[in-house]
Amino acid sequence: MNVIENWSWHYDGWIVLAGILCAVSASLPGNFLLLRRMSLLGDAISHAILPGLAVAFLVTGSRSSLPMFLGAAIVGILTALFTEWIRNLGEVDEGASMGVVFTTLFAIGLVLIVQAADHVDLDPGCVLYGAIESMFVDTIVVAGNSVPRVVIVLGSVTIINLLFVVVFFKELKLSAFDPALSTSIGFSARLMHYLLMVIVAVTAVASFETVGNILVVAMFVVPPATAYLLTDRLGVMIFLSVVVAVASAVLGHLSAVNVPHVFGFQSTSTSGMMALCAGLLFFVASLVSPRAGVIVRIVRRQKLAQRILSEDLIALLYRMDERSPDCAVSVSELCSVLLCRRWLAAWLMDWHARTGHVVPSESGYRLTDAGRRLGAELVRSHRLWEQYLVLEGGVTVDRIHHQAEKLEHFTDRELRDRLDSVTAAPELDPHGSRIPSEHTD
Amino acid sequence: MTSSVPLAVSDLTVAWHRKPVIWDVDLEVEPGQLVGVVGPNGAGKSTLLKAIMDLVPKASGRVEVFGRPYKKSRARVGYVPQRESVDWDFPISVLDVVTMGLYGKIGWCMPVRHKHREIARHALERVGIAELANRQISQLSGGQQQRTFLARALVQDADLYLMDEPFAAVDAATEKAIVEILRDMRQAGKTTLVIHHDLHTVPEYFDSLVLLNMRVVASGPTNEVFTRENLERTYGGRLTLLDEATEAMRRRERIL
Amino acid sequence: MTHLLLMLMAWLNASGMGSVSDAADLRFQISDFRIFERSVTIAESLTDRSIDWPDWSQWQRVLSLRDYNTRIVMLGTGLLGLAAGMVGSFTLLRRRALMGDALSHATLPGVGLAFLLAPKFGLDGKSLPVLLTGAALSGIAGVAAILYVRNLTRLKEDAALGIVLSVFFGAGIAILTIAQQGAGHVAGLESFIYGKTASMIADDARLIAGAGLASLIIVTLLFKELTLLCFDDTFAGSRGYPVLLLDLVLMTLVVAVTIIGLQAVGLVLMIALLVIPAAAARFWTHDLKRMTLISAGIGGAGGLVGSAMSAVFPNLPSGAMIVIVCSVLFFLSMFLGRSRGILVRVARRWELNRTVDHQHLLRGMYELLEIQEEPGVATGRNVPFSSLLSMRSWSSFRLRREISRCLRNGLLVRNDDQSLSLTDSGMVEASRLAHEHRLWELYLITHADVAPGRVDQAADAIEHVLEPELIVRLEGLLRQELATQGVVPSPHPLEQIAADATAKTATAVADHSLTSSQKDETP
Repeated sequence: MNVIENWSWHYDGWIVLAGILCAVSASLPGNFLLLRRMSLLGDAISHAILPGLAVAFLVTGSRSSLPMFLGAAIVGILTALFTEWIRNLGEVDEGASMGVVFTTLFAIGLVLIVQAADHVDLDPGCVLYGAIESMFVDTIVVAGNSVPRVVIVLGSVTIINLLFVVVFFKELKLSAFDPALSTSIGFSARLMHYLLMVIVAVTAVASFETVGNILVVAMFVVPPATAYLLTDRLGVMIFLSVVVAVASAVLGHLSAVNVPHVFGFQSTSTSGMMALCAGLLFFVASLVSPRAGVIVRIVRRQKLAQRILSEDLIALLYRMDERSPDCAVSVSELCSVLLCRRWLAAWLMDWHARTGHVVPSESGYRLTDAGRRLGAELVRSHRLWEQYLVLEGGVTVDRIHHQAEKLEHFTDRELRDRLDSVTAAPELDPHGSRIPSEHTD
Repeated sequence: MTSSVPLAVSDLTVAWHRKPVIWDVDLEVEPGQLVGVVGPNGAGKSTLLKAIMDLVPKASGRVEVFGRPYKKSRARVGYVPQRESVDWDFPISVLDVVTMGLYGKIGWCMPVRHKHREIARHALERVGIAELANRQISQLSGGQQQRTFLARALVQDADLYLMDEPFAAVDAATEKAIVEILRDMRQAGKTTLVIHHDLHTVPEYFDSLVLLNMRVVASGPTNEVFTRENLERTYGGRLTLLDEATEAMRRRERIL
Repeated sequence: MTHLLLMLMAWLNASGMGSVSDAADLRFQISDFRIFERSVTIAESLTDRSIDWPDWSQWQRVLSLRDYNTRIVMLGTGLLGLAAGMVGSFTLLRRRALMGDALSHATLPGVGLAFLLAPKFGLDGKSLPVLLTGAALSGIAGVAAILYVRNLTRLKEDAALGIVLSVFFGAGIAILTIAQQGAGHVAGLESFIYGKTASMIADDARLIAGAGLASLIIVTLLFKELTLLCFDDTFAGSRGYPVLLLDLVLMTLVVAVTIIGLQAVGLVLMIALLVIPAAAARFWTHDLKRMTLISAGIGGAGGLVGSAMSAVFPNLPSGAMIVIVCSVLFFLSMFLGRSRGILVRVARRWELNRTVDHQHLLRGMYELLEIQEEPGVATGRNVPFSSLLSMRSWSSFRLRREISRCLRNGLLVRNDDQSLSLTDSGMVEASRLAHEHRLWELYLITHADVAPGRVDQAADAIEHVLEPELIVRLEGLLRQELATQGVVPSPHPLEQIAADATAKTATAVADHSLTSSQKDETP
């Protein structure tokens, strides 16, 4: 397979590692951006830090990391400050204030950059091969191995972000969930907000310098969003977001190298493919997440509808049986009363036959004892509810049937007993029919 | 210098775009009382609480909590907000929410320990939803959400509680449970100020009452203040039999 | 060093970086961790760093629109600003200001795919209509994806926008990288997408004009529907308007304006044009129609002025200048805007505080004097400063400030022993204020159900707010109260205040219990 053939640990391995580190470092704070409804902030900050970088470059005249990070951190805070300021003072919509701030900062950055271009000795026809080459050109010797600087930088940022999330876990949780309570307890929600901004800005600049902003912007949002669909616990969500981030990075690079070959092209941009893979993972999760996946919900709804229909069939059979004991009823007759689809009813009755609730005969189905017991329970629930609704709820007799019909499917033995005691153990329902007694085995 | 008066408000005016929302409000709450605040919609009840806690700016007036400005007495005040103020889709459990009340005591960066969770569980038992400790909050009913908030306030162990419509849209069983807890709190010497909307239960629940319609129409012990005349002055118009009957019907319907 | 700078510029997914007065064309190509390709135009004189103030002839050249190139650029960007401002008002009010951000990023895969697949259909992969069609289709797919995430999962709007933005953009980059592997000259592809404002040609300007006109027509036709949609979509749904369809129309407008603008001025610039003019216009008016017009105006002005400045000053990228001009207009609007601007609001609040202080002071003096005489009657006797200070919970500073004001206006007079007296005009004013205040209070009591909406503390006169018949009735009630009890129906029993004033309590809270005041009030 291509994968193994063209794979070179020395080359591809480092690329994947850099991608993983970038993805993980971004998705960690990204969880809280998502929960605070600020998902676009990653994109905004990665544009907004431009003037910070330009100023750092202009002031120090060098491209060393520290001034860059400092410039980025400062601009990160400024972005948050300005956005808050415009939002509060000007009462401008949150998205719009962010939009105003980051586009303006970006434009200022552009102007600065172009001014700075004067320093640059450019050869107009020059073509530069970028990040990857420099990634391997720029290495630091660690423990006898030469490690690309990119990996060191991203690794440090990942560790910092991890520490941040662990140490400030409850403060982040509280200020995201209930900022008013947070401030009133003494954990200034605003302070947490600015800290988060700084972390995001630093992550963005670390990644920009090394792997590009497409990837980091995607990783701020997509893995946390995927995790959000998969779980209800914050700790698990953070963990899952890291897993998804790693998966996207690995799959991304693999597909960047291999997929284009399928169409006859050469390998393509890894960052782009990583972002795309993250998106695909998200899509899959949205469909099949056990909690809230689209497909899962549809399936669950269908199953519920089926259960209700199967219970309705038995209840109907029971009522008919009450009137003319031991009668045999055909599927068509049942359908005409319940107004359901014939094939569905037939299939469900078949299931009832297999579970021993009914017994098939020439002219239709007959209830067995087991079936009668089931029917009795359903009908008992129904009639008890009717009694309750009339006595306690003051609902008029003509409307109780509707409501009882819905409620009977969700009434278990315990609830029936309570209904019984509340309505003083009646024998007859409001319509005058007998209420079946509870079966005691 | 602290005093034992939990809450003293004088001359409080809060305006929104020039229109007064609460106007010249004077209020003093005795310690150990269960005080109800009632008034029509838009009368400024929520604003009053928020102004006390410095969450909205005041146009004029002064608030003193235990003899000092609110900021200094913050640790002694517990706030139970309206349910809509929070995102119930957040991925945390009931126990997590209750434990949040203890974060102030736990301190910056320190983790939540087992003993804190035990305190939170104990509070959940008091409000009657101990079995829901690990349930995610989006799966709670209105009454359960309200009990969660109440438990969170309980763990804060404050001396003055400010509650914004804790009985809004809860089932009768929850309402009864909440009243029990409020009475226990009063027994323990806590002072509670509760914004309430259901006139029929006022005499039963509250020792003192504040009738608020932009200004304080009347305040004092319930049996003195809760008169037909005062109610008319607060709500305007005459309370008719139809209103009473409607109220009764709504309460019955809530049982279902 | 050069490497980083070039990477910076290359990293930017925006353009319009060209300064109009420029020449060289520089392209970057970065492979593997490709960031992307840009077309960047920079100033001719790379070594000249001083600010070259343009002389009059240069200004003249630009302003008289003699230069064809400049004319085109100014016209094009002006029209674009107009169209974007118009459409942007609706997205702002719909609380989807950054939808332009997401949708502009979402158009990228479409462009790449169009380029790759066009030859298979016998079309020229580099022709503008083909690329624009690709962009449009991709934009619509983006819209569909946003709707999917928002409606079918429990994620909120911002998350939907963020996901679509980054995933589509990443896919786009991947596809474009593949596209570049073909025969050369594909950099031209991106310069179409990422725009070269400075090199706008007449065709581009015409395209923008056409799109702008089309948007204008649609917005005019659907104005009231879109207004309803932005204001209250639930109501719109209940009236039978297809809310989803209208939303789609709005988003399609955004896509259309975006793709037209993208290929002319670049990504970030487009976002700015969709957001900033609309947000600025908001400060000037409450009326949506006017807001749309003002927003279009600001956008157009930004385009014109920005590109003009870029033409005049060297080394200023036109796209960035347009954004900066719009931004300056935004901040001016935020401060000065007539209906919601900051200065206006601050001024109003100061005025309110002043009025309140004024009323409190004069009323307070009146009430203190009343105690000493009979109710309803007061004479210009002396009132010590300390009594005033303890009457209400105001700071000494505010009290003194208001006293100086009243002294200046001849309403008060300071006596030798530092106490204060009302002058004749002061007495008139004070009694009027006290009288009105009591009427307001009575109004609140007798009409408790409607009063809160009508009470206006800052009103100069009660007759400006309430109807005459009502006032007459209230006056009657007031006279009755005064006559029957001899005590003014005020929440602050006056005897108590006088007692406090002389007692000098430590706490400044007026120590009266409300129950006793209530007893005073009931007849």
